[in-house]
Amino acid sequence: METPATQTLPSRAKMLGSASAFGAALPFLALLLVGVSFPLFGGGYWGVIATRACIYWVLVSGLNLVVGFAGQIAIGWVALLTLGAYATSVLTAGNLTPPFPPYLALAVAAAVGAIFGLIIGLPALRLRTFYFAITTLGFATIVTQVALAWQSVTGGGVGVAGPIFPEPFSSLWGFYYFCFGLAAICTWMTANVAASRFGRALTAIRDAEVAAEASGISKPALLGAVFMFSGAVAAVAGGLFAALQSYITPDAFTLDLSILFFIAILIGGRGSILGPLLGTILLTALPEFAAPLVAWSTFLYAVLLLVIVLAIPGGIAEILDFKNRRPLESERAIIPRPDLIERLLGALPDAGALTLEQVALSFGGVCAIDGLDLEIRSGQVHGLIGPNGSGKTTTLNVISGYYAPQCGAVSLNGAALPVFARHRRAHMRIARTFQTPRIVGSASVLENVMIGGTVDGEGTFVESLLSLPRHRRDEVMLRDTAMLALAAVGLDRLAAVRADRLQHSELRFTEIARALMLRPSFLLLDEPAAGLSADEIGRLGGLLLAIARAGTGVLLVEHHPDLIFDTCHRVTVLNLGRMLAAGTPAEIRSHREVVNAYLGG
Amino acid sequence: MVESIVSTGVAIGCIYALIGITYNVMFSASRVFSFTAGTLGMLGGVLGSLFIARMDMPVVVGFLLVLAAGALFGIVTEIVAVRPVLKSLDQHLYVLSTLALALIVQQFTAIEWSTEPQPFPRLLNIARGGFDQQFWLPMLACAAVIVGLELLYRHTLVGHAFLAIAEDNFAARALGLPERSLRMTSYALAGVIGALAGFAGGEMLLAYFGNAPMLTFYGFVPVALGGMGSNRGAVVAGLLLGLFQQTANFLVGGVFASVAVFTVFIIVLLARPEGLAGAAFQRRV
Repeated sequence: METPATQTLPSRAKMLGSASAFGAALPFLALLLVGVSFPLFGGGYWGVIATRACIYWVLVSGLNLVVGFAGQIAIGWVALLTLGAYATSVLTAGNLTPPFPPYLALAVAAAVGAIFGLIIGLPALRLRTFYFAITTLGFATIVTQVALAWQSVTGGGVGVAGPIFPEPFSSLWGFYYFCFGLAAICTWMTANVAASRFGRALTAIRDAEVAAEASGISKPALLGAVFMFSGAVAAVAGGLFAALQSYITPDAFTLDLSILFFIAILIGGRGSILGPLLGTILLTALPEFAAPLVAWSTFLYAVLLLVIVLAIPGGIAEILDFKNRRPLESERAIIPRPDLIERLLGALPDAGALTLEQVALSFGGVCAIDGLDLEIRSGQVHGLIGPNGSGKTTTLNVISGYYAPQCGAVSLNGAALPVFARHRRAHMRIARTFQTPRIVGSASVLENVMIGGTVDGEGTFVESLLSLPRHRRDEVMLRDTAMLALAAVGLDRLAAVRADRLQHSELRFTEIARALMLRPSFLLLDEPAAGLSADEIGRLGGLLLAIARAGTGVLLVEHHPDLIFDTCHRVTVLNLGRMLAAGTPAEIRSHREVVNAYLGG
Repeated sequence: MVESIVSTGVAIGCIYALIGITYNVMFSASRVFSFTAGTLGMLGGVLGSLFIARMDMPVVVGFLLVLAAGALFGIVTEIVAVRPVLKSLDQHLYVLSTLALALIVQQFTAIEWSTEPQPFPRLLNIARGGFDQQFWLPMLACAAVIVGLELLYRHTLVGHAFLAIAEDNFAARALGLPERSLRMTSYALAGVIGALAGFAGGEMLLAYFGNAPMLTFYGFVPVALGGMGSNRGAVVAGLLLGLFQQTANFLVGGVFASVAVFTVFIIVLLARPEGLAGAAFQRRV
């Protein structure tokens, strides 16, 4: 029973994709053209500046994934530049080993950089932002001090000669093209990652960490890969830097340089490739236009950073984002298409039941849940109602693995759910939404929904870097499924819009679409009707019933009696953490205590 | 030798502890760690040298001016770098705005003052002895600040208000406490403490712009290890840090002392992110 509208969905997604892909590639092609033809109009000195900009970008492109996408405040990335510069120089000079050929030295430096990138980055998994910022700063100081002290190898304060790359890269312009080529490759690779499920997962970690967990994104694995990549390219940039300087001392690697890299990204805008690229070019070239400013350059960067943070937190990328300045229709109705649910979810296998047995949990002296039994069966909507503070959301958080129950068991088909392994829930096809929608505001609605399907991608991080076939297949699959999910919840017309421009009710449906991407066996909804109009609540009910018909077990935490009684197959009522009643909607409606305590007579 | 390690270690530990308290006072009032804490310490040394050595002011006048400048910088920090980003605390923009402000001041100092360490004047006109004023002045300053803060928090109404804000910002505001002016006062107070640290430690650290990042890091170590917001933790951890650093300095040399401090810092933080004394619980969903 396919209507014409459903048939056009994937093709609309494709159209949307190819048109915006060309528009997005245009500035990069222009920069490529300028870069390739640069020797035609620049003198020798400008060649050095341009080479330096390319080298900086090799580093910044990788750091951009850490700072701009994953939102980790890594200030001291100059440490990796230093490391790469010394590794390459020392290996080619043969202070420690027999002399290496420069390319091999550069490759070894990249490997060393990857390892140290991981070491410097790892604290980010445990520490809060400011702590992490300080540790990277500490690393930057330490590396320089070690370079100064380890005289037999690094030459101490006297320094060491940088590598010399053989013909054809030994001349000024030859070396420029070498660096430019690497910069172009880095741009291409990071753009690939940015547009992949990994790039979206990084922004989810940055802006909506709990949603990332619920979508099955493993922060340690992902950040580990990104730190290694970022460390490797930073070390390569270091090797190139040493070659450009032709002689390096610890003085060359000041914290100012680190600040430049960091600020280039923020001026460019978080979550963008083009913005930080322009930012890097701008910051490298700026002092050259006004010689008296050279001494003041870091001062000016700092002023620029303050202005950007306070006035335009989105940076250059936000200024260039014309598409999202077009006004949206003001009268928008969300019309879900429950008929699409079956196509989206396919034939779900009978997943059995998600069971809570005698679960109890208290915070300090406050008892949040006290001996709760709950069974969510596949293909049914199970309502969980009760006054505020009765333990509904706590129950949901126990199932999701945020809290460990002090006694009792949570099991899926008889097997206990692991406590605290929150991202494992997605692999077990347990999806959820949140009381306050957790959305990546700067990403499009479509991208937000695609985050929900992260665990279904097959390609690895490296395959995404290089845009190999499996990566492209994943992307097509995720995009098509997400368009279908958006159509099912009635938001397909807003697919390309930045999510932070949406109304509250639209965000709620976006979250449901994201959860549906998992083809969940169990779907946990935390007050999905809060803030919705009466019409919207009615349509939400229809959607939930269609989801249950497809075989998903739905747990509905709600306050709206109409929605509960119209859609639920079974209802559990909580009061002060205890189960007050459980049964069919009809039984609950006539339960005297429930009416007294909660529903009102 | 042991004597010199202990006196230097305790003195420098007191300076770290004071910078740690500077972090804490700002944090308690706003839930914000500010990169300007170390900059305040640096300013204490540079301005002290500027007023007393270069401009020949009497020590007392120079001292009061330094404290006033610290308070002023604290207030400027609050207005420029903290207040505008408080409403979006979860985006951590404060890390960037306070970093920017700290860098602006550091770079300005480097260019307008000097990029080299400059001498700091002898504050008291007494002969150099074994246990010199450069060691006991930071200790005195640290003791004075601890006693002062304790009296303030325990025995004055403003102090109680500070505690209330630190405990629960929303509840304090609901009680009608003037949150904004209390926050500004806290930042001014933090400014005074930070500048005092740099001034009292001026003879040891010299008047040098590079002290800013150094103190930003080593001043934060006691906060991280002692538990954020805990002044007692900061003092204990600061003293331990100073002693450890000086001992390592003597035993294995400067660079490896820095590496050792850093390694210990990272390992302790990774093992106990909430600090050795603190405990943190946050509801996220």
